[in-house]
This record gives sequence, structure tokens and C-alpha cells, in this order.
Amino acid sequence: MTRVESEPAIELDDVVVTRSGRRVLDHLSATFAAGRITAVAGPSGSGKTTMLRLVNRLSLPDSGVVRFRGSDVADLDPLALRRRVGMVFQRPTAFPGTVRANLAEAAPDTDGTYAAALEQAALDSALIDRDTAQLSGGELQRVCLARTLVTRPEALLLDEPTSSLDEDAALVFERAARALANGGTTIVWVTHDRAQLERVADAIYEIGRRT
Amino acid sequence: MIEWAGLAVSVILVGVAVGVSALLRLRLERDLIVASVRMAVQLALVGGVLALVIDADRSIWWSWLWVAAMVGYASDVAARRAPEVPGLRWLALGAFGVAAVVTMGVLFGLDVFPVDGRTVVPLAGMMVGNSMTATVLAGRRVLEEIGDKRDQVEARLALGQDSRTAARPYVRAALRSALTPQIETTKATGLVFLPGAMTGLILAGVDPADAVKVQAVVMFLVLGAAATTTTLVALGAASRLFTADHRLRLTLTADP
Repeated sequence: MTRVESEPAIELDDVVVTRSGRRVLDHLSATFAAGRITAVAGPSGSGKTTMLRLVNRLSLPDSGVVRFRGSDVADLDPLALRRRVGMVFQRPTAFPGTVRANLAEAAPDTDGTYAAALEQAALDSALIDRDTAQLSGGELQRVCLARTLVTRPEALLLDEPTSSLDEDAALVFERAARALANGGTTIVWVTHDRAQLERVADAIYEIGRRT
Repeated sequence: MIEWAGLAVSVILVGVAVGVSALLRLRLERDLIVASVRMAVQLALVGGVLALVIDADRSIWWSWLWVAAMVGYASDVAARRAPEVPGLRWLALGAFGVAAVVTMGVLFGLDVFPVDGRTVVPLAGMMVGNSMTATVLAGRRVLEEIGDKRDQVEARLALGQDSRTAARPYVRAALRSALTPQIETTKATGLVFLPGAMTGLILAGVDPADAVKVQAVVMFLVLGAAATTTTLVALGAASRLFTADHRLRLTLTADP
């Protein structure tokens, strides 16, 4: 993958989102550089998760434009877009069954895809036939990361993925994310944790700070 | 044939129920009497209309019209029982309609029963009545499964799965739980309880062997109909929870 520093991978332009009569995102504009980790910080309820969901079209804005690699996401096939822009949620969303079954939900195992995804997510490949019910919280969240990586996404949306993990597990996750960014993956990482933000971020985007 | 006097004597049993209620101060006496009178009046009315509809001299189309009315009424009842399931009235109407075509097609198309008002109306009634509960359950369970597992459903969508694929495990779970009671009933038939159709035939003097054959066909009919209607309703209800561009709707329930 070619790393183009100057090119924004993700752009939000004058985006407005209203939910139940409340303005969640109010004319928000932001750009996220390709091949870097941009941490998104802001108080609870400032619309961080909503912003991420706009990028892979799990949600739609009321107005404004969201672009991925220069294309309006509204014009892209949502299923293809979501395979290019992976997402890891706040709580682990492992499906019942083995790790292999989880990875198979993303794509079939071709040319060692699963082994590569497990390695990138800092998971022992011996875990592949383990039932997810037997894994720790940190392992589960990295299974979710590995599952997302099976589709070989160009960008990753991380929605406070380590908030339910202990510090050691969070650090393992951070190292895995750093290695992915070094390999050219664009990462938008929502976090409440200031120390984590300092550790992982190449750039910081503050959301919801109204002065 | 039961005599009118016999019917009147059987009311003693309602008296027993009322007596028990009074003795134990359940305050159900009025409800018991109203329910019994209402049932008797409804049956008398239906019996009168049925006698007209299934009269041998009358066109079979009256029987089919009756079946269509039953399907329409059943879908209305299903929608009122589970108003939270979006679009259940039309889903149930379509599902009962398809199930009627499939089951009646097998029973009459393959000459299991002769096409006659006496067979068409009761068999369709059995089909619709017995699959109604499973149909309502299927709609509700799909809503609950996808609502409860919203995180997992969205995780599947985020992997690039289309909405039908993302919903499949939860539709499957809903169908299993909607069909299980009917399967358990089928298993227990003959051992734990004697079903109404067979009991009625035997009481009416039909040879038990013939009654058993009729009952077996009815059970197969009910199983086939329940499987058809629940599948159609579950798939239809699930599809209404997603947008055309494969997003899970923010609000899953319909306005009752």
C-alpha cells in the first residue's frame, strides 16, 4: 500500500446529525490523514461514535458530506465501503463459536488471510480453534480486530476499543494498531484516555469543545 | 349425535366451575358465565353460517370465500396481538395466504381429501388457527433477537455483510423458538393428550382408526403451515428492521 501523507483519507464536511430532536453533530468538519493514527477526543455525548458511524455508513448525516479517498460515501456501495473501512466497537462483539468461525464471518481463508490477521492483531495462531467463550476480554477485542482485518481494510474506525480492557491488554492492542498504521492503514481512534491518546496519536482531533 | 337435553345437562360442569370460584372467592363467577354464554352464542352463529356455506348444494366458491375471510381476520388478530412488530398485518396476510395455497394445494391437489365445503372450511380453519400463535411468536422473537443483539448485528454489517446475511443467525433463533412449541405438541400427541379433531370424530361415532388418520393429516397440515407462516413472517419482519442500504434502523418497533 502506498502511503501518501498529504492526502486526507477521510473527510467530513459541514456534517449535521440530529437524534431525537438533539443536535449530536453541529456543522462538523474534519479531515483524517491517510496512514496515521488520529485520536478523537471529547466529552461524553459529543458525537464521537456518531461521527465514526457516518464514515462506514452505519448511520447517515442529516446534511453535509462524508468522503473516503475523495469519494462521497453516499455514492459508494455501502457493503464494499465497509470492507474498506473496518470498525471495532467499544465492547467486544465476538460471535458465538470459535475464533475461526468469527473470522469466517468476514471472508473465507485464502492465502493465509486468517494467520496474517491473527498475527496483526497480536493473537497466537493456536487460538484459532478456541471457542470465544473461553477468551479474556483483551483477547476477545483482538479477535474482533483480527476479524475486521480479514477484509484487508484501508482504514480502521476504533470506538474506544480498550475501554473495557486492563492496562496490559490495552497496551497490546495499542501496539497492534501502531503496527497497522506503520503499514499504511488509516486509523481513527476514539478515546477518553488521555494517557492513551498521548501514546498512540499521530494527530488529535478534539470534538465538541465549544468556547 | 348429542341431544339438546345432553347439552343442557353439560352446563352443570360450568356450574361446578362457578361453584369452585365462589367457594374459593376467586371472583371469576361472572367471567365464567359470560365466557360460557359467549362461546355458545358464537358457536351457534358460526355453526349456522357454516351449515349454509358447506351445504352440498351450494357452490364451493362460498367455502373458498370463507377461507379468504378467515385468512384476513387471522392476520388482523395477529397484528393486534403484536402491534410492536412493524407491518405484521400485511406480513401475516401474505404468510397465511401462501400457507393456505401450499397446504390446501397438497391436501386437495393430491386427493388426500375430496374438495368439498365439509373439508375445505374445517381444514383451512385448523391451518390458520393453529399457526397463528407461532406466527405472532416468530414476529416478536425476531424483533427481540435483533434488538437484544443489536451490537452483534451491527458488527456483522460493519464487516460488509448484507442485511439479510447479518440478520440470519437471529432469524434462525427466532424461528427455532417459534416452532418448538408446535414440535413439542406434535411429539406429545396421542401420549399426553388427544387432540380435538380426533376426539370430536370419535365422540361423533367415527371408527377410531379413521379418526387417527384424519388427525395425523391435520397434524402434518399444522406443522407445514406453521413452518411456512413463521418463516415468511420472520424473514419479512427482519427485512423491515433494515434500510435498503443495509443499515439497522434506529427504532425497531412500530408505533402501536
